[in-house]
Amino acid sequence: MTQLALVIDLNVCVGCQACVTSCKEWNTSGIAGYLSDDRPYDADPTGTFFNRVQTFEVGEYPNTQTVHFPKSCLHCEDPPCVPVCPTGASYKRVEDGIVLVDYDKCIGCKYCSWACPYGVREVDEHQKVMKKCTLCVDRIHDRSLPRAERRPACVMACPTNARLFGDVHDPDSEVSVAIRERGGYQLMPEWGTHPANHYLPRRRTQITIQPEELVRADNPLKVDGKLPKPALKEPALDDVTSW
Amino acid sequence: MHPAFSVIFLTTLIGAGQGLFLALYTVELYSLFDLLPEQESRTFYAPGAAIALGLLALGLLASFFHLGRPERGWRAAARWRTSWLSREVIVLPAFMAAVAAYWLVHWAGWREPRFAPAAGLEVTPSAAIGAAATVLAFALYLCTGMIYACIRFLQEWASPLTVINYLLLGGASGFTLATAFAGYSAPALVPFLGGWAAVLTGIALVTRAASLVRNARLRPKSTLQTAIGVKHPRIVQTAQGFMGGSFNTREFFHGRTRAFVRAIKWTFLVLVFPVPVALLGAGIAAGSAALLALAFAAQYVGLLAERWFFFAQANHPQNLYYQAIA
Repeated sequence: MTQLALVIDLNVCVGCQACVTSCKEWNTSGIAGYLSDDRPYDADPTGTFFNRVQTFEVGEYPNTQTVHFPKSCLHCEDPPCVPVCPTGASYKRVEDGIVLVDYDKCIGCKYCSWACPYGVREVDEHQKVMKKCTLCVDRIHDRSLPRAERRPACVMACPTNARLFGDVHDPDSEVSVAIRERGGYQLMPEWGTHPANHYLPRRRTQITIQPEELVRADNPLKVDGKLPKPALKEPALDDVTSW
Repeated sequence: MHPAFSVIFLTTLIGAGQGLFLALYTVELYSLFDLLPEQESRTFYAPGAAIALGLLALGLLASFFHLGRPERGWRAAARWRTSWLSREVIVLPAFMAAVAAYWLVHWAGWREPRFAPAAGLEVTPSAAIGAAATVLAFALYLCTGMIYACIRFLQEWASPLTVINYLLLGGASGFTLATAFAGYSAPALVPFLGGWAAVLTGIALVTRAASLVRNARLRPKSTLQTAIGVKHPRIVQTAQGFMGGSFNTREFFHGRTRAFVRAIKWTFLVLVFPVPVALLGAGIAAGSAALLALAFAAQYVGLLAERWFFFAQANHPQNLYYQAIA
């Protein structure tokens, strides 16, 4: 069974918000209608987003790390938001595991948002229905797009390749390998929701540099100006009188 | 959580309506066995059932203000297999229909026994309808409570005490209302109903206090460490991703000071429990229906505060992600 998901590498996310704007741009233009914004240029702006990038500071000065943390629907394998929906508008697709909202059935009771511990569902204040990340379901299955573009808008936009997209149930997919080999983990495992989206942890980035790599002990090819100077009549190594 | 007045009115109004019906039916059963004086259908049961029906209808009306798309409300009956909200949406109208039927048989005066399921056992239509409505009333308390108790990560709600409190607080307010109603329509019943109202209020105090004690000792299962998966004791949010508000900052925070929340708690602890009991006692002693009505009014206002506090106290784990604007 396919379970599409995102794997987000916190080690390389720089918090540029490109995924946020690209998500908004794609999803506000789709057939499901716009993602409303109110007072975007006033004192108290508000709007509906599928994806947010938050920033946390870990540690105590001077030993701190800034962690940029993108947060969108995690497409849980056991989504608590789905069974509570009284109308069946909130559902999990069998074929690819994406959790979606049928905007034509949603009555806007907000009960599913109460039942999501991650706070990734947002009511659209104008259409009065619950909205959430669709994993760009209208992109990833679109055969009219080139294969390389059948990926969520946020993944396409990420300049540091911090967002990987694929099937976490396929053990050989890029995302499964990343989860397995780079310590991928789930958010709030204590609630048994089994989020499909995983996060890759921060890693210590350190390179060891030996002095020989900076100052050369020998110089066989006579580069960088430090040339041995044989006498004029001495044969050179290459049998050509050099200087 | 942000307390929504639509849900506060819904739960308190239908709770009192269910309790009032249960009180009426209790009187009917007692009088069938000659434990209480027989009451007139037209002057006691029919108007009582009408009041209960009115409260239920007002509650149903309030619930529509909670919906973004009320015109699609009928769809909410679809997922009764998994959703307690859907079950409530089915049981509430079913209970209203049963109370309406109960009102009809009393208003029309059909009191002769119509069924005899066993020799020597004759059942009046209102007793049969009332039994069905009683089952539905308890089912409705269960549904209402379970809507909140089934969300496992809202730890303040995820407890059997939530269901028990909905049952007992609704029952207490319904019996208090029945006492006030009897004060005007059947004074002979006032000591009986007032006594049960006081007993239910007393038990409700015990269970509500138990849930307050339980919630005060709760330790949140989710922390910032599990929320973002970084195992460091000191994590501080520096940005939530936007400068203004969002659904996440409006729906899940009550936005009041701790002192305000504490004041609401003590308001409901005083108004729901000791004040109505004292007023009931004074009303019974003085034979004053007005005092009994005042007892219900005080308890209902107290229950509004209780429900507000119930929502405000619930601390949603998503709030961990919204601790700092920038």
